[in-house]
Amino acid sequence: MSEKVLMKGNEAFAEAVIRGGVRFYFGYPITPQSEIPEFMSRELPKRGGRFLQAESELGAINMAYGCGAAGGQGFISSSSPGIALMQEGMSFLCGAEVPVTLLNVSRGGPGIGSIQPGQADYNQVTRGGGNGDYRIPVFAPASIQEAVDILYEAPSIADKYRNPVMVLADGLMGQMMEPVMLPEEKHAFTSEEISTAKPWAISGSKKGTRSVVKSLRLQPEVLEEHVEHLFEKYAVMEKELERVECEGLEDAEVVFVAFGTMARLAREAMELLEARGIKAGLIRPISLWPYPYSAFDQLSPKTKAVVSVELSMGQMLQDINLGVKGRVPVRLIHRVGGMLPTSIEVVEKTKKILEEVR
Amino acid sequence: MKPVFTVTEGMLPVSTSYCPGCTHGVAHRIIMETLDEMGLLGNTIGVAPIGCSVVAHQFMNVDMCEAAHGRAPAVASGIRRVHPDKVVFTYQGDGDLASIGMGEIVHAAARGEKFSVFFINNGIYGMTGGQMAPTTLVGQRSTTCVDGRTVEQAGMPLRISELLATLDGPAYIERVSLDSPARIRAAKKAVRKAFEYQIAGKGFTFVELLSTCPTNWGLTPPNAMKRMREDVCAYYPLGVYKDTGKEAE
Repeated sequence: MSEKVLMKGNEAFAEAVIRGGVRFYFGYPITPQSEIPEFMSRELPKRGGRFLQAESELGAINMAYGCGAAGGQGFISSSSPGIALMQEGMSFLCGAEVPVTLLNVSRGGPGIGSIQPGQADYNQVTRGGGNGDYRIPVFAPASIQEAVDILYEAPSIADKYRNPVMVLADGLMGQMMEPVMLPEEKHAFTSEEISTAKPWAISGSKKGTRSVVKSLRLQPEVLEEHVEHLFEKYAVMEKELERVECEGLEDAEVVFVAFGTMARLAREAMELLEARGIKAGLIRPISLWPYPYSAFDQLSPKTKAVVSVELSMGQMLQDINLGVKGRVPVRLIHRVGGMLPTSIEVVEKTKKILEEVR
Repeated sequence: MKPVFTVTEGMLPVSTSYCPGCTHGVAHRIIMETLDEMGLLGNTIGVAPIGCSVVAHQFMNVDMCEAAHGRAPAVASGIRRVHPDKVVFTYQGDGDLASIGMGEIVHAAARGEKFSVFFINNGIYGMTGGQMAPTTLVGQRSTTCVDGRTVEQAGMPLRISELLATLDGPAYIERVSLDSPARIRAAKKAVRKAFEYQIAGKGFTFVELLSTCPTNWGLTPPNAMKRMREDVCAYYPLGVYKDTGKEAE
């Protein structure tokens, strides 16, 4: 049964994936998401699942690979440097077509960086830090409710495409509390149901139906065919998984592009700008891959600038420019290191940008 | 007429890709014969490592997956969570298990993971062309120590069975050698005991199988067997390093 409750982000995320069918959690402690393994260690055993604290992020992603290859619905959460350690595994999971749900509660970098919120994982999660040609869908919710809805759906998306699926939150979303409507719990596969639900999985074969899950393909023509197959699948994912929210584009003088918590800040700035007689719009990519390039075709002739509001040095600018296609100037308002811009700061910088481009 | 020998259904009817005189084929066969004899072929999940035996799934007739280099024990831990009632094993070489995968094997053993590990120790990296492994003997030549391994540069070779036996998690650890028919029969008994302990839920089971690599040792197959019997067994003593079943008796 669905129910409305007040929850801390990290705990709501964990509850959402359990309700979405996840019964296996693998993770290693890292700030700012450690409430998730804590929650999972308490909840999963009560709900027919298993919690396993890994010896490292390398261990965690490979446990999740084993779980997914065996047909289980697995979940991993981590934060930026931990996600970096898992990239070899993500490449492997994509090559072997094994599903898993991943959550990155991102923080500042490079290196150990800081434990404060950041969005400088944009390139890491959309371009892939692992080797080879592969893609992972990435969703960046802007509220705890939206994160809950996406995480509830993510295990099914991962299973449908036999591919990892990532949700990118940031430290702010993980730590804040909001009221959320929790959806009804889905049926989770039992180990007996796996061999019929996922005949490809290594579930302990009956003779004649042997399954092999692998990513090694030593013959060039075989690997080429496999990579082409993966990219046919990714083309379908690009069509089916693109998500975006646009606001006030029709008469906007300036259009913000922002995801996650920065989209909320951009919305505040829009209201303040309107009070000052400046119409601002917002393109909020919910899927970062596939990126909603076509949303930029809705830009109005009245729009004089597109402004990315990011907690990074402008990692999203490349995608924005691919969408804008040179139609208007593209600018950046950013803070990094765990610093957050205020809405007033965004307003002042936007006014300066408009003076410059007019 | 009563057949006196039949080929196990545990091995697929294909030629292996291993070099002449390599004992991977022997190790594969005794593991799969044991599963066949125990009636477990339709009930088992195996994990192949990175190394020459990454292709083990082309020869072993059970559900299998590959694992990234060194990560097989983590992968098997994940599989075990989903299928607590199946038989699970990893098959790993010494570069995979004793070098890059040291973290995973130690923690899987410490957790007392209920799967069996077959550790193929031939003291060298085979697939990449004969580089020094953590298990390469002092004085042994490899492509990354052409004048022989020195203690000054690389320290002493790791004895994994002894190291893991210091932990409380393992139920059974034995080192065997594949250098003669008698020792192969003894090795098969160890493989069987590992599976029996796993099924009985006793905990982590580990069989180290001393193996040859004539190609990268630069020896003929008979001389490789002789070296294993004499030099390798001298540094890596055969025997049972842990047996909780015996301790309980």
